Amino acid sequence: MSAHSAGPPAASAEPWSGETVLAAGALARLAEGTLAMAQAELRKLRHDHLDIVTRSVQPLLWLFIFGTALRHNRALSVGASDYRAYLAPGVMAQAAMFIAIFYGLSVIWERDVGQLQRLLATPLSRSAIVLGKAAGACVRALVQALLLLVVLAATGIGVRWSVDGVIGTLALLVLGTASFACMSMLLASVVKERERFMGIGQLIMMPLFFASSALYPLSLMPGWLHVIARVNPLTYEVQGLRQMLVGVGAHGEVWLDFLVVAGFFAVMLAAATRAYPKAIL
Amino acid sequence: MSDATPALLIDGLVVRFGELEAVGGVSFAVAPGEVFGLLGPNGAGKTTTIRVLTTLLPPTEGRALVAGHDVRSEALAVRASIGYIPQAISVDGALTAWENLDFYGRVTGGGGRGSKKERHARIAEVVETMGLEQLLAGSGTRAGASSSGTRATGASVSRSGRLARTLSGGMLRRLEIASALLNRPQVLFLDEPTVGLDPTARALVWERLQALREQSGTTILVTTHLMEEAERHCDRLAVIDSGRLVEQGEPAELIERHGADSLEDVFTSVTGRTLAPDGSESEEGRLSDVRAQRRTARRLG
Repeated sequence: MSAHSAGPPAASAEPWSGETVLAAGALARLAEGTLAMAQAELRKLRHDHLDIVTRSVQPLLWLFIFGTALRHNRALSVGASDYRAYLAPGVMAQAAMFIAIFYGLSVIWERDVGQLQRLLATPLSRSAIVLGKAAGACVRALVQALLLLVVLAATGIGVRWSVDGVIGTLALLVLGTASFACMSMLLASVVKERERFMGIGQLIMMPLFFASSALYPLSLMPGWLHVIARVNPLTYEVQGLRQMLVGVGAHGEVWLDFLVVAGFFAVMLAAATRAYPKAIL
Repeated sequence: MSDATPALLIDGLVVRFGELEAVGGVSFAVAPGEVFGLLGPNGAGKTTTIRVLTTLLPPTEGRALVAGHDVRSEALAVRASIGYIPQAISVDGALTAWENLDFYGRVTGGGGRGSKKERHARIAEVVETMGLEQLLAGSGTRAGASSSGTRATGASVSRSGRLARTLSGGMLRRLEIASALLNRPQVLFLDEPTVGLDPTARALVWERLQALREQSGTTILVTTHLMEEAERHCDRLAVIDSGRLVEQGEPAELIERHGADSLEDVFTSVTGRTLAPDGSESEEGRLSDVRAQRRTARRLG
């Protein structure tokens, strides 16, 4: 065995493993872990600008192709002067949900390369890991939403701009994205193959999107679809966003939208935390 | 083995997945500061044993203590006392080397006031320990004395630099091990740490691991397929086959006990299997093992 040429770091002789991290307390570890994962996601985005550009194209296509076509025909009565303004919160929520639902793919990838096992072997609690991963999805959704807001402002689409409205919009978007990211991690814990996950992800995402108020008002839906849309958390997310951003809502009670999405988040977080460690089996 | 309290103690460990018994009554102890090798064919139960010791899997029966903590009842204390490197390359290729170290420093450090300064000091330390100064040299963070009074290493590490996915295989492995040292673990678990590396990179990884052991007294548990590596670097070895411990002892002692010429002959004698020239088994392993090894080799270039 050859000797190590560099001088030994004296500090290594006094192991502190255990005490420091445990003394930090569960809440501090939860906050630090969540922030670390969110920051890592932000750093990845910084290294790959193209990713943000390509991700931002999809909501813009919905807005400027689908939205313009329906606006031109005046096919829908939506309570807003410009259908694109009505549609904007819907595509914002849909694009964020798209990121969140397919975030589970990264869990499968991380399991395959051992990152998941490493994280689970750190003092981070399981809920901190799930929350941290969800925070990573939220970072991507937020960057995408901010770009969409910039485009809305630049094109003069009739959004009701207010500081409260924008902050509330981003807060509800974060809550919704975190919920769907947790749902995705729950799914990834059960479905362990990428190809199968892709199929099931599509199967879940499309009905959630079309059976919600993202594209059209609930009043246009037949009874059975209306019932499904009423239990769809995306409906409440979109309604809340629309109320705060455009001033058009189904009931005008934003607190109810926050409450429903927060409840959905709590359930998904608990379920994902419970199922997540099983992803490595 | 010395009389000191063992760094690792496994007593009658059993792990079952439904009807399948992956580990069937394994017992061994590892002294503090020892490099202990776990050998065995694919599917023998090595990784399952490591997963129990790292709290990723609960034992079905038996007892396992790591750094004096029970894996079942004191899982958090165990996780705070260990470093774990799985077989696949777990460094995030989309982040730079420094960002990877910072990330693991944060998730294993607990946060709190003064934690950033201390974390940066620790990063400088592990960079030095694993010989990564060249990779991280630059004008970024100058890590000085930490708030807890640790010695200033004087190393200067750059936060910018190449993304981890562009690094060579040997550097990736050393970066990965460095990230597992950030909490100054008492026990380091390495699952096939040199798989996919060329002989030079392999030798460098071992050189740094041995230096770490000498400097810090870190206990190292390692699994490997490479008998020559096990013979040269491990103080003691255990051979596991079909979930059962079939032999253990010092390499020279095992060779003598079996009247063999090499550890490879001992392996063949106790498991009834032969090894291919590269150290892999002559019989093919499970599909998941083969895929994992290929994936790792691909990531290592």
